[in-house]
Amino acid sequence: MPRKQKSMVVMDTKTIQRALVRIAHEIVEKNKGAENMAVIGIQNRGAYLAERVAKLIEEIEGVEIPLGLMDITLYRDDVQTKLEQPVVQKTEILFDVVDKVIILVDDVLFTGRTVRAALDQIIDFGRPRSIQFAVLIDRGHRELPIRADYVGKNIPTAKEDRVKVKIKEVDGEDSVSIIKQ
Amino acid sequence: MKLKSKHLLGLEGMSRKEINLILDTAETFKEILSRPIRVVPTLRGVTVVNLFYEPSTRTRISFELAEKRLSAEVVNFSAAISSSRKGETLKDTVRNIEAMKTDMVVVRHQASGVPYFLTQCLDSSIINAGDGAHEHPTQGLLDLFTIREKYKNVKGLKVVIVGDIKYSRVARSDMWGLSIMGADVSLCGPSTLLPVEIDKMGVKVYSDLNKALVGADVVIVLRIQLERQKGGLLPSLREYTNKFGITKDRLKRLNENFTIMHPGPINRGVEITPEVADGPHSVILDQVTNGVAIRMAVLYLLSGGEGKVE
Repeated sequence: MPRKQKSMVVMDTKTIQRALVRIAHEIVEKNKGAENMAVIGIQNRGAYLAERVAKLIEEIEGVEIPLGLMDITLYRDDVQTKLEQPVVQKTEILFDVVDKVIILVDDVLFTGRTVRAALDQIIDFGRPRSIQFAVLIDRGHRELPIRADYVGKNIPTAKEDRVKVKIKEVDGEDSVSIIKQ
Repeated sequence: MKLKSKHLLGLEGMSRKEINLILDTAETFKEILSRPIRVVPTLRGVTVVNLFYEPSTRTRISFELAEKRLSAEVVNFSAAISSSRKGETLKDTVRNIEAMKTDMVVVRHQASGVPYFLTQCLDSSIINAGDGAHEHPTQGLLDLFTIREKYKNVKGLKVVIVGDIKYSRVARSDMWGLSIMGADVSLCGPSTLLPVEIDKMGVKVYSDLNKALVGADVVIVLRIQLERQKGGLLPSLREYTNKFGITKDRLKRLNENFTIMHPGPINRGVEITPEVADGPHSVILDQVTNGVAIRMAVLYLLSGGEGKVE
């Protein structure tokens, strides 16, 4: 018999927006501006968050920020253990990453394996000056020595919990909820 | 979504959904080929054997590049310099190779059905790189990919396959693939090179090229396999060229935005004139470029282990 799932909303449109505004300001503060900066989002939902972060930085600094998106499927370390290969989505980095400050954006930081794959992929495109990582939710349970530079919200979870991020562009609404198993 | 089989033996029996999955995945791989570093680490640790019992330039290099660009380990076998010459049977050869721990086998063989036979004696994933006059599925897929790239949709296009249908595995894979994707397929060739009852596959058959070409969007020109023409099936190459050669003159019958394809290698001046082969409507070299992306997609999609999901 399936166990009852408990779902709990922890962020809504307003709190997500506030977190992204703060992250954008932190990015500009830490880098003393937005010179030579580019934002790359990880498919799928990270790409939409990246677009918002880039726009916010542009509003703050009044400069244009190149935006890219990447799919990390082909850089995963579990290709041979999966029963089914995930569908590969588009990677689109139309600018030169060499010597840029790259702000990598994703929705949830969990084991850190996605970020590891993303770092490898960016470096295959060239040698950026630095890569910084911004994430909406840090839920803990890292399996690799990886941390985020900018965090929207830290949420303590059990390892088997699921964190569901909904984004208006894909899901029709902005929200973050935890599903307790 | 996943492919139904862990082998790719032919396009016959595949669903439109499966073919679309391969074509969509190939689009991503095509983008990788334009990156500064054209390699992804996806198949690191996977060993692929290229087992070629027949000569090949394009398919073999294309598969090898696809494998290397996915970071797989590649072993090349060619019948001419192997123990097959000492009389070892195919089954013994492949079982010995697999005993050295390999994961995937890409096979080309002059006999139809060899890839299927290998699925019965090996645990590896088997990819057919052309077997006899049966199928050449990756060629069929890359043709579909090239057509889709140009017209956005394969459905409803009128495609004519011209030439040696009887001995052509490309013709069969193209026929299956195009029919599954909803194209309107016609075949044209001398009656000695058309298999009997081929019309039962649901395609139109013409023996007059000028009629077949009327209103067509895509012409797939097949190679006259000179090595197989000793049986007197053609009066002469010159007569073949006169009746079935694709010349500039004949192109007038096609739709305005037409495309000329050829799986290679070309016999210039026999089945196609150089003027047409190198002309603005020819996508022959695009087919070759797309071949690597298609083969990467196939290798990737078939590489999912039997393994456990954590």
